[in-house]
Amino acid sequence: MAHNITADAAHAHEEHHESPVVFGFWLYLMTDCIIFGTLFAVFAVLRTQFNGGPNGHEVFELSGVGIETAILLLSSITYGFGMIAAHDNKISTMRTWLGVTFLLGLGFLFMELREFSHMIAEGNGPDRSAFLSSFFTLVGTHGLHVTCGLLWMAVLLFQTAGKTELNERMINKLTCLSLFWHFLDIVWICVFTFVYLMSVI
Amino acid sequence: MSDAHTSASGESHGSVGSYLTGFVISVLLTAAAFGLVMAHTFSPSGTAGAITLLAVVQIVVHLIFFLHMNASSEQRWNVMAFAFTVVTVLILVGGTVFIMHDTAINMMSR
Repeated sequence: MAHNITADAAHAHEEHHESPVVFGFWLYLMTDCIIFGTLFAVFAVLRTQFNGGPNGHEVFELSGVGIETAILLLSSITYGFGMIAAHDNKISTMRTWLGVTFLLGLGFLFMELREFSHMIAEGNGPDRSAFLSSFFTLVGTHGLHVTCGLLWMAVLLFQTAGKTELNERMINKLTCLSLFWHFLDIVWICVFTFVYLMSVI
Repeated sequence: MSDAHTSASGESHGSVGSYLTGFVISVLLTAAAFGLVMAHTFSPSGTAGAITLLAVVQIVVHLIFFLHMNASSEQRWNVMAFAFTVVTVLILVGGTVFIMHDTAINMMSR
């Protein structure tokens, strides 16, 4: 009897355990962290190598960066609301929040690409100086991640269309993307602090 | 409503309240960082130190409120992997900056 209760408790505990899929994805994020760490190290070394070209003061526009930051921060919390709805099995609410997150991500990407094209049009592309090469590599890699996140989000929106119940597999997929999305927001904190703000001090 | 949800399942996927708390703190920290740089209150090195500190605090806030990192046994390996990664990245970035700075001085390229 007592044994049964313990077994049941252990089983119930087992059910609430995080899926190994999510842990595996977490490990991937950690390796991604090292990629970004490497790119930040490169930027830290090359940030003063202007080769007669413009410095951060001349090429960065803080107001645009501020808006990008606000968009990304907002998209983090809207995805969070989507996850809460997903755990409550409110699929249409979840899909609405995911849609909002998708649009915010798209807005972020649009602003970033506009900034890049402005800089390139003024002759301050990645080929101008080591500083700009490392800037485009670092911020471009983050933008590429955001693009992948958006594709993934579109796929999940497609896969959850018309569903009445979310199985564990789908919840795991949504959880992995939520980790990815929040992780990108953390990387962006480092980008706006160490790339943009540090360069205009 | 949302609190009951979290405690009932015991899972760490947050509540509306925790997301909003994290969001408000993040907005304040971000605004503080941008404000410090735009207002030129401190010396350049002082500002750099201050915004670095703000970034570290904000990362921790995001980890706790958005990525739901905590000290529970269920999260132990996640936290362990994260700690290992943080050490790796610190060695990577710190080591690179240290070596390249030293090289630059010895080569008299600055």
